[in-house]
Amino acid sequence: MIRIIFLFFLFLVPIKSQALIEVDITRGNLNPLPIAVSPLSIDKVSKQTFEKLLNKKNIGSEISSIVENNLKTSGLFNPLNKDAFLQEPDIANLKPRFEDWSLIKAQALITGNVNFVDEKLRVEFRLWDVLAGKEMMALAFTTVPTNWRRVGHIITDKVYERLTGEKGYFDTRIIYVAEEGPKTRRIKKLAIMDQDGANNKFLTLGNELVLTPRFNPTSQMVTYLSYFRNLPRVYLLDIETGMQEVVGDFPGMTFAPRFSPDGKKIIMSFAKDGNSDIYTMDLENRIVEKITNHPSIDTSPSYSPDGKYICFNSDRSGYQQIYVMKSDGSNVKRISFGRGLYGTPVWSPRGDLIAFTKLHKGKFYIGVMRTDGSGERLLTENFYQEAPSWSPNGRVLIFYRETETNDKGEGFSAKLWSIDLTGYNERLVNTPSDASDPSWSSLLSN
Amino acid sequence: MKLNKILRNGFLIIVTCFVLSACATSKKSTGQMQGDVYTGTDTVEYLASGVPDRVFFATNESVLTTASRETLRKQAAWLRKNSKITIVLEGHADERGTREYNLALGERRANAAKDYLMTYGISSDRISVLSYGKERPVDSGSNPLAWSKNRRSVTVKAN
Repeated sequence: MIRIIFLFFLFLVPIKSQALIEVDITRGNLNPLPIAVSPLSIDKVSKQTFEKLLNKKNIGSEISSIVENNLKTSGLFNPLNKDAFLQEPDIANLKPRFEDWSLIKAQALITGNVNFVDEKLRVEFRLWDVLAGKEMMALAFTTVPTNWRRVGHIITDKVYERLTGEKGYFDTRIIYVAEEGPKTRRIKKLAIMDQDGANNKFLTLGNELVLTPRFNPTSQMVTYLSYFRNLPRVYLLDIETGMQEVVGDFPGMTFAPRFSPDGKKIIMSFAKDGNSDIYTMDLENRIVEKITNHPSIDTSPSYSPDGKYICFNSDRSGYQQIYVMKSDGSNVKRISFGRGLYGTPVWSPRGDLIAFTKLHKGKFYIGVMRTDGSGERLLTENFYQEAPSWSPNGRVLIFYRETETNDKGEGFSAKLWSIDLTGYNERLVNTPSDASDPSWSSLLSN
Repeated sequence: MKLNKILRNGFLIIVTCFVLSACATSKKSTGQMQGDVYTGTDTVEYLASGVPDRVFFATNESVLTTASRETLRKQAAWLRKNSKITIVLEGHADERGTREYNLALGERRANAAKDYLMTYGISSDRISVLSYGKERPVDSGSNPLAWSKNRRSVTVKAN
């Protein structure tokens, strides 16, 4: 069971100084910003207390490592080696000697301290512009000690936002399908982990096949497909309480579920007599509405962030293509016209783009296009990959990739990967087992 | 410059010829595939003597081939003789498609088989349909022959 614990923010210093350093995230990461993450300083008593409570030798360094790792993974920052740091963490936090930091080519510096106060973990951190010799931001917050990893993620979010001008995506989680066993008898379980791979937990036991979990953007609910009792149906799962329920009373297979942006509806496909159409169900009054009515396959629906439109996958033209319609099902328009087949459209949380999977000449691509289908851009090509899911700030996509097997069927693996919208910074996302069908949560705080 | 262009065009024509001839060969029967529909018996099980349990499909298709219709007629005859038996038609797709579309495609394939059985007198009460999409391949290879074995609808006794 997973508990959500809220953090209490205390804004220490309002931001006044003009930022002189800025990170441009619309271009590739060719010149990641050199940044020094000084370990959070900690007094002796607090250090010993946290060591007892959390079994971590120096919680200050641990939190700093999380920040450092996040910044590095973003591809926009180059955290500098600590061995080169000349100033002690506690002194740096009071007043950095900017000459020392610019000597090691740092352009930005993060300092801070951590204390044990009233049974809680209190962290204070500052972001400095080294070249201008100015403080850019100072924040403090308090939380229960077991939340220490989230503190590292929240610091990263604040730094990222201050330096790029866009919200971060570090205090988030990924729900996905953990896989094991031979390809012909794969065992699949729902699993959840922090965005950086920590705190991995399994949410189902693997007794039944589960697929395509997706977060509710407004809460800690998940919708997914389960083959419980060999009846493939869409389910709802509350990840706080572990409560599960089937969605709607449909006589056939329901699949491809997603939440509406306000979290009040589920949109999904319902297949019967060889025809799949798109339906919505209101979670409050349980009213079911049929949105598409066409003898072709209509599936993989995804709402625009304002809830006014739906993009979906249909083969009504003869082959899999991407379509957009109004949320009541009217004004259906095909938007994908490039060569090949298109699937799994997902509307960006920023509203301007649709991410998709494309199959062309035996290769699979993850790409993006504008919502009218123009400006198609393919980000990555591989033997097999699909199912992109957006980071909450719409800057990064996570998806899964499968390897080709040899003629004996050996060498199969399924892994999660992420890539920036720019097409740069492609990374393997570490999971304890094979993994597929990732879905990115919204920011847990704010 | 001009020569260059002519050479390049010539090259393009030659390449086109190769592509066309490659297509032409792949349409022929290879012994185990007709077009890209599996025609072998490696994975086939039998519901009764002479009654194969499965039919195969072309890529992205749910159309029944002549051979598939013959198999289903045998199944229908067997089901008429054994009127207590109920069945599940399990529809499958190969791994070369997105998961959600493949779930729908598997359902469509199983229903193609169901419709055919019904036209041969099998009541829909005796048939249920279950799509596995690409979740349960029989052959774990990543090659056209393996994929052709996986694009199938399998008739399974339910009682």
